[in-house]
Amino acid sequence: MSTTTPPGAPTTTTTGTPGVLGDSADRPDGVAKVTGNFAFSSDLHLEGRLWGRTLRSPHAAARIRSIDTSRATAMAGVHAVVLAEDVPGSPTFGMEHRDQPVFASEVIRHHGEAVAAVAAEHPELALRAARAIEVDYEVLEPLVDSEAAITADPIHPDGNVFRHIALRHGDPDGVTGDVVVEGSYEVAMQDQAFLGPESGLAVPDGEGGIDLYISTQWLHVDRDQVAACLDLAPDKVRLSLAGVGGAFGGREDVSLQVHVCLLAMVTGRPVKMLYSREESFHGHVHRHPARLWYRHHATSDGDLVKVEARIVLDGGAYASSSAAVIANATCFAAGPYRVPNAAIDGWAVRTNNPPCGAMRGFGAVQTCFAHEAQMDRLAAALDMDPVELRLRNALATGDRIVTGQVITGTAPVREVIEAATSHPLPDAGPDDPRVLPGGTGLTARPGDVVRGTGFAVGYKNLMFSEGFDDYSTAGVRLERGLDGEPVATVRCAAAEVGQGFHTLALQVVRSELGIERAVLGPTDTSIGSAGSTSASRQTWMSGGAVQAACQAVKRRLLVRASERLGVAVDGTRRELVALRDGAVVEVDGDGRVPLADLLDTPIDEVHEYHHPPTEPLDEHGQGNAHVSFAFAAHRATVDVDPELGLVRVVQVATGQDIGRALNPRALIGQVEGGIAQGVGLAVMEEMVVEDGLVRNPSFTDYLIPTTLDMPEVVASFVEQPEPGAPFGAKGVGEPPTISSTPAVVAAMRAATGAALTRVPVRPGDVVGEDGGVADPAAGPGAR
Amino acid sequence: MSSEILPTTEPEAEPYRLQVNGREHTVASSWLGESLLYVLRERLGHPGTKNACDQGECGSCTVLMDGRVVCACCLLAADAVDADIRTVEGLGRGEGPDAEVDDVQRAFLDAGAVQCGFCTPGLVVAVHDLLDHRPEEVALGVREALSGNLCRCTVYGRVLAAVARVRDERREGRGGGLADGGPGGQQGGVET
Repeated sequence: MSTTTPPGAPTTTTTGTPGVLGDSADRPDGVAKVTGNFAFSSDLHLEGRLWGRTLRSPHAAARIRSIDTSRATAMAGVHAVVLAEDVPGSPTFGMEHRDQPVFASEVIRHHGEAVAAVAAEHPELALRAARAIEVDYEVLEPLVDSEAAITADPIHPDGNVFRHIALRHGDPDGVTGDVVVEGSYEVAMQDQAFLGPESGLAVPDGEGGIDLYISTQWLHVDRDQVAACLDLAPDKVRLSLAGVGGAFGGREDVSLQVHVCLLAMVTGRPVKMLYSREESFHGHVHRHPARLWYRHHATSDGDLVKVEARIVLDGGAYASSSAAVIANATCFAAGPYRVPNAAIDGWAVRTNNPPCGAMRGFGAVQTCFAHEAQMDRLAAALDMDPVELRLRNALATGDRIVTGQVITGTAPVREVIEAATSHPLPDAGPDDPRVLPGGTGLTARPGDVVRGTGFAVGYKNLMFSEGFDDYSTAGVRLERGLDGEPVATVRCAAAEVGQGFHTLALQVVRSELGIERAVLGPTDTSIGSAGSTSASRQTWMSGGAVQAACQAVKRRLLVRASERLGVAVDGTRRELVALRDGAVVEVDGDGRVPLADLLDTPIDEVHEYHHPPTEPLDEHGQGNAHVSFAFAAHRATVDVDPELGLVRVVQVATGQDIGRALNPRALIGQVEGGIAQGVGLAVMEEMVVEDGLVRNPSFTDYLIPTTLDMPEVVASFVEQPEPGAPFGAKGVGEPPTISSTPAVVAAMRAATGAALTRVPVRPGDVVGEDGGVADPAAGPGAR
Repeated sequence: MSSEILPTTEPEAEPYRLQVNGREHTVASSWLGESLLYVLRERLGHPGTKNACDQGECGSCTVLMDGRVVCACCLLAADAVDADIRTVEGLGRGEGPDAEVDDVQRAFLDAGAVQCGFCTPGLVVAVHDLLDHRPEEVALGVREALSGNLCRCTVYGRVLAAVARVRDERREGRGGGLADGGPGGQQGGVET
């Protein structure tokens, strides 16, 4: 079954009407957000609060000879200057591996590494105090080449290789194909560029504990790191989610959490921190730059025989989630195709470049760019239509992926390809200079512009993998409101980062309990962990937890009603009472008790939801490591001026596997937004890093798509409910970002004939000036 | 706030007045280097205007100054003396948690133009400015007018849908902003 939702289509629910699952329910935070009344973490205000500020290294690699804080400390209005020696607990933090110093004390491993922090009465004063700290650096030669890092002298006691996966599937040594194509590719460093800068407010409780109001993706893992670094019991550190201005992976790691809490503890005053955009670029992890080599083997009929690949991800100075990112890159390196034999070596390494970790698509983005370019090369070598080649090899339920895992859930690869390609191609466009590549600069001439169309398909896992039990906890309390009518309150620590989980949680409650009035309790660490808002997992995991808590509440309602009605809850084959239209009714009789009458005391249920267990990968990268998979296909249409190397992305058509649409309006927003970030990586977004130094940490120099860059998006959704998934729904946030990038680049290749083996594509790559991957020494600085 | 120690040895700024959303405020004991954005957010209790790039690139801090859009981060607050400043908080009816939405804000909600919402206040102000001054703009003209407002969740498609809704409503005489002549309504319903 396939449904189409054109952009701008009317939504199914009138605003103001609470929605159930399947409706385009209103966001509970919507009115506050459009009126300016929604409190983001940067908006928090407390009388008497101080301002925190970090001092960061201007070098990528250095030894710290000495730090002199005397001038800063002496400034009137400066209340604290803290260094590594002031950290009372663990000197290091890290989401998976605690290898990152709270403050560098002896060694600087990346540009922008934190060295000190100050608290002062005014933000400008805090900035000046930070600048007044004198650090004597011995500047060292940075290790910036990811290939060289594998064998170079270690730049950290834990070594330079975060992880190496040598995936071997089938008989990779014994088979070759009739047709072989080979290529090298490169993906530059992309930034999440969420608009709301890192910020938070830490408030000491006067009893040795602390409250932190923070924008993050995972409250509990932040809490554990703060507690360890401050040497506090976890229950002395309480985190509450403050409004999150976007995340996209960039808030999964700790940024200012430990710094701001330490300053608050030392001063005994509330402290607010708010990164500038420049500091934000230094203060969070980025998408891993990748170097990829691929060799595809196929029969002369176009059946894939073998994929060989070597993938090197530059993890930068600290581990972050590099080990998991390279696992994804390796597991999904062959794309959503039947590949009986594979030899894929994935490396994630440490360098003196900025630390990299999670970003939307999480490893699958880098390899999809390469495997889709390879599929186009293979199609050309076979003289076959590229879409036909993909359909011929498309994965389906029951097939094995290259980790040996059999897909037991839905895998509508054929369907998403057909959905993406079934949209009409865009018109030629108006005779208006604003639609020319390069826009109103008027440098492109209409007669020179060439249109191209390209196609790509990709996939990734949902939820955490490799045996990790990323459970979620939710509580639902049902009680009589002040007017006597039943009202349900949902409590869950899942971070709402804009994606719409809070909307969904209320939809689940309305659907499960059949009541209109559902409200959200606080999002904080007073309840168990909900896991991270990442890996497209909250709809499944926290949605599942809310559903299960509702079902427990419902069961207790049935028990209470059965006592009133004098009938048993359960018959031999079915329940004898049921929840229907705001009451519990006797299935075989006339008995009826309104819900409100059953709530003399509230019902409160908390449920921990776990997905089916997965296994670690074995030494050959084989194992049932993943819970579920989501697929999407993209067809891009671009206009290029081949002489100037300028491009305009005209349209992206997509087909996406979603399981089931739970909120069509939120769905199209996620899909369009993900595509925009994929388009950005294709044609404009790059953190330019030279000798380890970030050259463009601002929105003037790091470009993200504007309204003028955003292509038309036409989307079709394939709804095949996923077995075992709550509501049958798959997470939808990441797949749009994965294959949109290679589709755009394929369209540019079609228009220009240029090889375009690197993203983002720069004008010089189109006109043949830049070295691209063939000459890695040219690097990003070759612009 | 008066006990706050200011950043420098520079003299404290003389008190000055700002007109924000029709109300007059006195800014006292401040540093003269403070931007309009900082003063709105940290001194006058108007955090609805957002901070994202600090250099006039992203549009999150868009406010109306004497009816024209400006980036509040790039303007010294003391330069805004005598100007009529209108922020997102002053567009709908009422302020605070009970604020009612105007036609642009309503259209953003209905069209799905809100995700994380950080760009939303700036975009709402920019859309007001566009529809009040150039309601005839369509398609590329709308895109160009809003190209100074970055959105990363990227709800651009939904924002364009919201603009079209309001334009149509105002042309048909439905909506037209606020009945009591709020800033969204003064020029609402302009026919071309």
